[in-house]
Amino acid sequence: MTAKVVTVTSGKGGVGKTTATANLATALAANGAKVVCVDADIGLRNLDVVLGLENRIVYDLVDVVEGRCRLRQAMIRDKRLPELYLIPAAQTRDKNAVSPSDMVRLCDELRGEHDWILIDSPAGIERGFRNAIAPADIVLVVTNPEVSAVRDADRIIGLIEAEEKGPARLIINRIKPSMVKRGEMLSADDVLELLAVDLVGMIPEDENVVVSTNRGMPVALDERSKAGQAFRNIARRLNGEQVPFMSMNDDGGFLGRLARLVRPGGNR
Amino acid sequence: MNRFLDRLFGRDQRSAQLAKERMKLVLIHDRTDLSPQALEKLKDELISVISRYIEIDPKAVTIDIAQEGREQRLVADIPFKPAARRRAG
Ligand SMILES: Nc1ncnc2c1ncn2[C@@H]1O[C@H](COP(=O)(O)OP(=O)(O)O)[C@@H](O)[C@H]1O
Ligand SMILES: [Mg+2]
Repeated sequence: MTAKVVTVTSGKGGVGKTTATANLATALAANGAKVVCVDADIGLRNLDVVLGLENRIVYDLVDVVEGRCRLRQAMIRDKRLPELYLIPAAQTRDKNAVSPSDMVRLCDELRGEHDWILIDSPAGIERGFRNAIAPADIVLVVTNPEVSAVRDADRIIGLIEAEEKGPARLIINRIKPSMVKRGEMLSADDVLELLAVDLVGMIPEDENVVVSTNRGMPVALDERSKAGQAFRNIARRLNGEQVPFMSMNDDGGFLGRLARLVRPGGNR
Repeated sequence: MNRFLDRLFGRDQRSAQLAKERMKLVLIHDRTDLSPQALEKLKDELISVISRYIEIDPKAVTIDIAQEGREQRLVADIPFKPAARRRAG
């Protein structure tokens, strides 16, 4: 077994990296893969709460790197999925406590026993970003259909190419189909044309994301949520499956739900 | 009438379309690390250098950044001045 290392990053903050990491890890593990996710956002730890594992943390990434514990001791097992683990970020240290070669070494140690290693990157173009992409085999860039997020995504995509970690693959998150329809939000096609990269998924804006995050239960486990479905689709694409892109033509409102009732499996 | 004024001032363009056009320009300059002002200066200097060797009509020159995927290239189209006018001028 040799894990693939997938780093989830972005230029702008708050676009959905942690949400995507938690959900892709969950979706992959729910399909039976052995998955470990690493929170590389040192000082701004969040993946633990999104996964609902915040009460079980004893050791963190910096403890591992600085030799205060063994790797196994810092791996928290998920409550629901026995093959999903989290290595949390340190909360009281800064990004300089870890180096890119530390991350490469850590992942090399994990590769043998897992199928997937998912790394949640901090936003930006500095040390934390370099740490997160150093061990990556695949880099996913998350953006929103909005000018500043797109501009910053372009910058980060250029850096990923410069570090020879490309081509980056794009996740467009928080699409509001009704706004796109009115011509008041960039469509996925617009964003793709601007950034000229491969698309790996489109995630609609979905209240279920907030609700499930409140519960510490990733939305990918919610069979009925559109965002959950979109994340499960990306997980399948990472596995090499050809999965058609979900239609972004309705907001999941009454008519949308009706359409899905009439045509089960349609729209997906 | 309002509608007409809106069109006149380009205000009836949907915001997504406007965003896309603005981003196209911004990304070209971000990627090449070349501001619109610097590009203008480059054009002027290029024209003056070339004019030292051949006769050209500065107004017929086009120098622009073309894109192919994520690749950018500077494309210059510099027509020679037609022979007839060259002799006359
Ligand atoms: N598809 C979505 N629909 C609704 N809310 C979302 C969606 N994706 C992310 N969010 C919300 O956006 C916020 C930022 O997401 P997060 O994953 O923490 O971003 P990042 O890790 O990039 O800073 C969170 O409150 C999250 O719940
Ligand atoms: Mg985050």
